[in-house]
Amino acid sequence: MSTLAPDRKAELRRDRSPRKDRLLRGMRTPGGAVFLLLLALLAAVIVVNPSFGEPGSLIRFIGRTAPIAIAAIGQYFVIVSGEFDLSMGSVVTAQVIIAGNLIGQDDAKVLPVLLLMLVFGALIGLINGLVTTLLKIPSFIVTLGMMLALLGLVLYWTGGAATGNPADTFRQIGRGGIENIPVLEILPYPVLILLAIAGGAFWLMRRPYGRTLVAVGDNARAAALTGARVWWIRTRAFILSSLAATVAGIILVGYAGVHPSVGRGYEFTAITAVVLGGVVLGGGRGWVLSAAAGAFALEMLFALLNFAGVASTWRDTVQGIIIVAAVAAGARTWERRRRGASSATHDKQTPIAQPPAVGTNEGGK
Amino acid sequence: MKITSRLTSTHIVYLVVLLTIIAGTILVAAAGRSFFSAGNVSSILTGTSVLGFIAIGQTLVILVGSLDLSVPYVVSLSSLLAAGIMANQPANILPGVLVALAVAAVIGLINGLVVSGLKVHGFIATLGTGLIISGYLATNYKGSSGQAPLSFRLVGATGLGPVPISTLIMLACAAVVLLVLDRTRLGHSMYAVGGDINVARMSGIRTSTPIIAAHIICSVLAGMAGLLLAARLGVGSPTIGSQGGYDLLSIAAVVLGGTLLAGGKGSLVGTLGGVLIFAMIDNIMSVLQINPFLKDVVRGIVIVAAVAVYAGRRVVSRTARFDDTPQETVSTRQEVGA
Repeated sequence: MSTLAPDRKAELRRDRSPRKDRLLRGMRTPGGAVFLLLLALLAAVIVVNPSFGEPGSLIRFIGRTAPIAIAAIGQYFVIVSGEFDLSMGSVVTAQVIIAGNLIGQDDAKVLPVLLLMLVFGALIGLINGLVTTLLKIPSFIVTLGMMLALLGLVLYWTGGAATGNPADTFRQIGRGGIENIPVLEILPYPVLILLAIAGGAFWLMRRPYGRTLVAVGDNARAAALTGARVWWIRTRAFILSSLAATVAGIILVGYAGVHPSVGRGYEFTAITAVVLGGVVLGGGRGWVLSAAAGAFALEMLFALLNFAGVASTWRDTVQGIIIVAAVAAGARTWERRRRGASSATHDKQTPIAQPPAVGTNEGGK
Repeated sequence: MKITSRLTSTHIVYLVVLLTIIAGTILVAAAGRSFFSAGNVSSILTGTSVLGFIAIGQTLVILVGSLDLSVPYVVSLSSLLAAGIMANQPANILPGVLVALAVAAVIGLINGLVVSGLKVHGFIATLGTGLIISGYLATNYKGSSGQAPLSFRLVGATGLGPVPISTLIMLACAAVVLLVLDRTRLGHSMYAVGGDINVARMSGIRTSTPIIAAHIICSVLAGMAGLLLAARLGVGSPTIGSQGGYDLLSIAAVVLGGTLLAGGKGSLVGTLGGVLIFAMIDNIMSVLQINPFLKDVVRGIVIVAAVAVYAGRRVVSRTARFDDTPQETVSTRQEVGA
């Protein structure tokens, strides 16, 4: 086996086109184009408001966007496996309210409640995943039911008006940061959390789990036939999604405080961000960091509208136009790729070694 | 054995309806009221009408393999347009209704064109149009506006015996849509496109027509729901649709009725059963005076539990156009041919 490994690697390297070609080709996919969109939006914002380009305000912007980017990363796992998680917003709200009610002004309770919130988040994901996979109910329905039930339970528990203000040490996670950094002035904790989660997600998607997850999303039956435990792989995706919503909730306690409407609409914003990042609804296609970039592009767009003096009520309209346009453009690109227009450039590097045997239809076109 | 295998999801939906009626009778009787009193039946049927309109349209959209998340905003927009144009003048009722429905139809047309022409997933396309309308509503309307004249408000208030007029209109719409689905070429192509769009295209169906038609019908029916709400409230409201959560509830009702979320299989009759289940559960909970937050918990659990009952079960597709029996001869003929 060990003698085979170097040969196989060399072969893989031979089959690959040069790095520059691969990068260019990547930029032409929807998942790559979102980074270009992000840069274009950033340039536009800086033109409208030059002070936005300073490192200090840029890093604060990243900190503000961190919760939605983390939620988008979580939602990515579920969407790429071919499912939906609509319960995300309710999980965010539930966690915010749990933090507000259980921690109070007691610093000693911060750590245990933090652990409890993570366990609770994982449990919600486990329920979503098991009900979806084992009872074979569409995840759209399961997580819709979870969204209604969880929010109802939490509001019933608090009597509809969430109160409570968690200890400052807890809120520091969302609003604090490492101070006295040379260029940036302050490095907010949310940025560090986001970096850790994005790095972890990037690593996870290169592990066998990530590869199998995408395979399950592309064709669950084929993945099952190759020996993947589809139900457990999908269930873990739901757990990751709920955990991401939990982390987003923890950060939001610091930013927005305790309020029952904190998580409202979070699931749709996260799905929008993921789709803007070129991830295909229905599963099997897309890159996790593109999903996070989609969240940044969305928030950058709102910042642009804000600086351009557009009334905030028009935000929804512009968001609607942008997602439809972006996804329409993405659909075209994927379609072209499927038809083989851009895979021809790839084939130039590895011409077919020998013509198909006579009598077969392969390559007949 | 044979009976269970023949039990399609539509049958199960109506078994659940029956179960809900029995549970409702017992629970409401325990609270010292009658489930079958004229007032209560009327309030249940009133509860079915708004969600019913939307769920009928949503059934079509889901059957062709799409989704419509823009319905709540269409509902709000149509209520505002109708109430605004009527402005308490009985003579303006017809123009108000026509304009509201025409605008709804245009929105549906745009949805359909984006889904079928630009190949955008229905989820995103209609989420987008919903957001666009929502921005328009938030910018131009600060609160309730317009005024529906008394003769229009009567539509929402009167009934034949215990059956409200609004429910009758909803059932009439359902009958028409059922006829379209079962008897026309358009209906058959809707099932075909939802089942497999590529196979439908290769069989010579224009795949965009059924998708666009389903979206237009869905938006127009959502417009009808908006008109009905305007008639009930007497004014148009920019938040009436999103408050009702009609997008997700109508999808839940459709899936509860046994239609596959992926499209291609399902029945409108099942959807009506799903709407009836929701209306009865809401009614039972209000009679029992359950905490409004717990109502959402019950709704959420019922949605999942009801769908779990027939998960993996045979879904009624549609009335067969060809007889089942000669299947064997067909397969043998194929063998001979091969």
